[in-house]
Amino acid sequence: MNLRLHIWRQAGPDAAGMLKTYDVANVSEHMSFLEMLDVLNEDLISKNEIPIAFDHDCREGICGTCGMVINGRPHGPVAKTTVCQLHMRTYKDGDEIYIEPWRARAFPVMRDLIVDRSSFDRIIQTGGFVSVNTGNAQDGNAIPISKKHADHAMDAAACIGCGACVAACPNSSAMLFTAAKIGHLGALPQGQAERSTRAMHMVMQMDAEGFGACSNHLECEAACPKGISVEFIAQMNRDYIASALGGKD
Amino acid sequence: MELNSNIPDGQLQQKWDEYRAHLKLVNPANKRKYNVIVVGTGLAGASAAATLAELGYNVSAFTYHDSARRAHSIAAQGGINAAKNYQNDGDSTWRLFYDTIKGGDFRARESNVYRLAQVSTSIIDQCVAQGVPFAREYGGYLSNRSFGGAQVSRTFYARGQTGQQLLIGAYQALMRQVGLGNVKLHNKQEMMDLIVVDGHARGIVSRDMVTGKIESFMADAVVLATGGYGNVFYLSTNAKKCNVTATYRAHKRGALFANPCYTQIHPTCIPQSGDYQSKLTLMSESLRNDGRIWVPKQKGDMRSPDQIPESDRDYYLERKYPSFGNLSPRDIASRAAKEACDNGLGVGPSGLGVYLDFSDAIARLGRDVVADRYGNLFEMYERITGEDPYKVPMRIYPAVHYTMGGLWVDYDLMSNVPGLFVLGEANFSDHGANRLGASALMQGLADGYFVIPYTLGGYFASGSLSPVSSESPEARTAVKEAEEKVKLLLSIDGKRSPTSFHRELGSIMWDKCGMARSEKGLTEALQRIPELREEFWENVKIPGAGAELNQSLELGLRVADFLEFGELMCFDALHRNESCGGHFREEYQTEDGEALRNDDDFCYAAAWEYTGVGSKPTLHKEKLEFENVQLATRSYK
Repeated sequence: MNLRLHIWRQAGPDAAGMLKTYDVANVSEHMSFLEMLDVLNEDLISKNEIPIAFDHDCREGICGTCGMVINGRPHGPVAKTTVCQLHMRTYKDGDEIYIEPWRARAFPVMRDLIVDRSSFDRIIQTGGFVSVNTGNAQDGNAIPISKKHADHAMDAAACIGCGACVAACPNSSAMLFTAAKIGHLGALPQGQAERSTRAMHMVMQMDAEGFGACSNHLECEAACPKGISVEFIAQMNRDYIASALGGKD
Repeated sequence: MELNSNIPDGQLQQKWDEYRAHLKLVNPANKRKYNVIVVGTGLAGASAAATLAELGYNVSAFTYHDSARRAHSIAAQGGINAAKNYQNDGDSTWRLFYDTIKGGDFRARESNVYRLAQVSTSIIDQCVAQGVPFAREYGGYLSNRSFGGAQVSRTFYARGQTGQQLLIGAYQALMRQVGLGNVKLHNKQEMMDLIVVDGHARGIVSRDMVTGKIESFMADAVVLATGGYGNVFYLSTNAKKCNVTATYRAHKRGALFANPCYTQIHPTCIPQSGDYQSKLTLMSESLRNDGRIWVPKQKGDMRSPDQIPESDRDYYLERKYPSFGNLSPRDIASRAAKEACDNGLGVGPSGLGVYLDFSDAIARLGRDVVADRYGNLFEMYERITGEDPYKVPMRIYPAVHYTMGGLWVDYDLMSNVPGLFVLGEANFSDHGANRLGASALMQGLADGYFVIPYTLGGYFASGSLSPVSSESPEARTAVKEAEEKVKLLLSIDGKRSPTSFHRELGSIMWDKCGMARSEKGLTEALQRIPELREEFWENVKIPGAGAELNQSLELGLRVADFLEFGELMCFDALHRNESCGGHFREEYQTEDGEALRNDDDFCYAAAWEYTGVGSKPTLHKEKLEFENVQLATRSYK
């Protein structure tokens, strides 16, 4: 198939960006979306042009490195699928595709489709952990955890930190990302000791990074390649309010 | 050069405890005076950086990712082994040790493997305490499953995302230390060289991948946890950024590279679909529990699989290995698939594929049971290939998956360059010539959480290090060389992209140093690789500049090292005149086509010393002493 791509080009964090149009021919339906871009990049190199910068690594949908907005949808049109797992059979000959980076104040563009997501790391640094040094642990079976709670924790822990939730949100909110970590640790006995301070510190850092607030559009859940539920946001809000009312523990 | 593996004296079972009991210690107040660089933030690197910082060392962690949560450890699906014996099925430290030694085809060091089995149980405890959501039974206790090469259930798992959950556990521990100010995290930094001062590893040269700035970072010890080199084959199940540069640069600075030819080829991967293919995707080995592998009996049989009657199918694994059948070990199943395709019986558009057929299982168990067992894998397969495996047999083909070789290390996980420690897949130490499933995660975390925190202290406490600075001639020279290399690469302005060279190298490596190797093929490869390398340095094209985010340049730098490293692998494969584990030399096989080991002449780790680009490396042998197990021949008939 032949496609027309409109791709965001931006030389650096402070440079002005613009959409540039590229025609790509003979795209195989078996290619992944990123392989289609690989082929375009090889062509650009042969024409002495600068290839399109986009980030990616495992190409198996688990590392969370890749991400781009395709025709207005983070990771493209297929539900619960990262862009590296999106295949060209989703498209047909003659399609026009608009490709842009995640757009959020807290995710500055570094080049073309690559954004800086270190704000996510800084949120985790304020409380997204259990404070347990290596060597402190008791036997793994010493605290039974019901299958229900373990599964619930796993549902939240499946987050890959890609940032699609932020890109999908009209407010560029990082609530789903932050709530997934709070929900993961909050579902387990190991996470209880710091539950209150965790919610307070992580929410404060989320605000400090310049992410917006949640106004219940639920776009985040729809865009999440791992299908993480917005119910975790409700739980985060409960933890946060409890922390705010009860003071820091 | 004298290779001293520093294996402690005494009974195998007591070595580690005795050794730890007598290791010299660093006073808590003095720990913060020691600077440690950790390169890589996968399971081994993140766990090491976090734990060393908890102890009080001043740690700098480097990763080429945008976050310390992305390393390829994350993609491991199946699980992590530990000798907990929670199932009461006869597991023990000894049994995990023995399975690992045997699985490695008797080419690993007994003492290291025993220690690995010993600390395996502490890993599970630590991860549970961190909040890793391992699968649980209804009673709330940890769940286990079985994996290849073992007769007990000792594998712990978190759905099909065990690597992800363990890495996030280590990442969270690391982020906590970053938040506390104990670790300085350097994202988007790629190591370009090792700095050796007075024979000791004292720092690294690193390139900032956003600004392009190349600078030196100095320390009292350098820990490399930079993963494996499977991407030398271009197509592998490794993530796209995985590369050999950090370990190969250390090799060029004097560190010995051990057993580079030991490569694991996984039998069940989705076949290549076209020339544009960028990587291969693994399908879990568990599928072989119920799937049957076959090819048509007749060459050129173009009928669709459902039109081929039973009498025209060859279930070759069931035919050749009746007692293990479709669950034959990885190396054996991979070679059998290659043989079928080499004989022209392969299926799919490329002819490089065999069927993995679930129609019998669906008929026997019903679709629902099959969906319950393998539903997520079937979905993944359909997402990639567009074919529904409930209706059409899967097509699979072997692919490079893991590399057992790596930098040579002693019992302390220190290379022959004092102060240079190597952890996880980057070292050679625990898996011999073949790794068992669910053991990579175990080794990465054992090294990072429970070995290096002890042995590094022993190193610091046993000698004094003079101060170094970035102004030292060694550091300045290494920075200058890295800058010159970037300048040179950008100035060539030839006709071919780095990827095109990488693909060509990969195809040479796969054909000549892949699943089956021969003297003839390896000799050819040793001729073609230098020619390709020469062309690379005359004809590569890297657009853009050095002082900016330039992915072509990143790739060019990695491919340049692969083009030297590939030769090292071939030298190693050529010298090892035997077949063992993942290393199969066509000249050394039994009448039935099985691997023929030669314990009299090759029961050693081959540690290679760098002697110059294109020049044959010098071989050093570490003889493997088996004091506790009998060397035996593996049989799966």
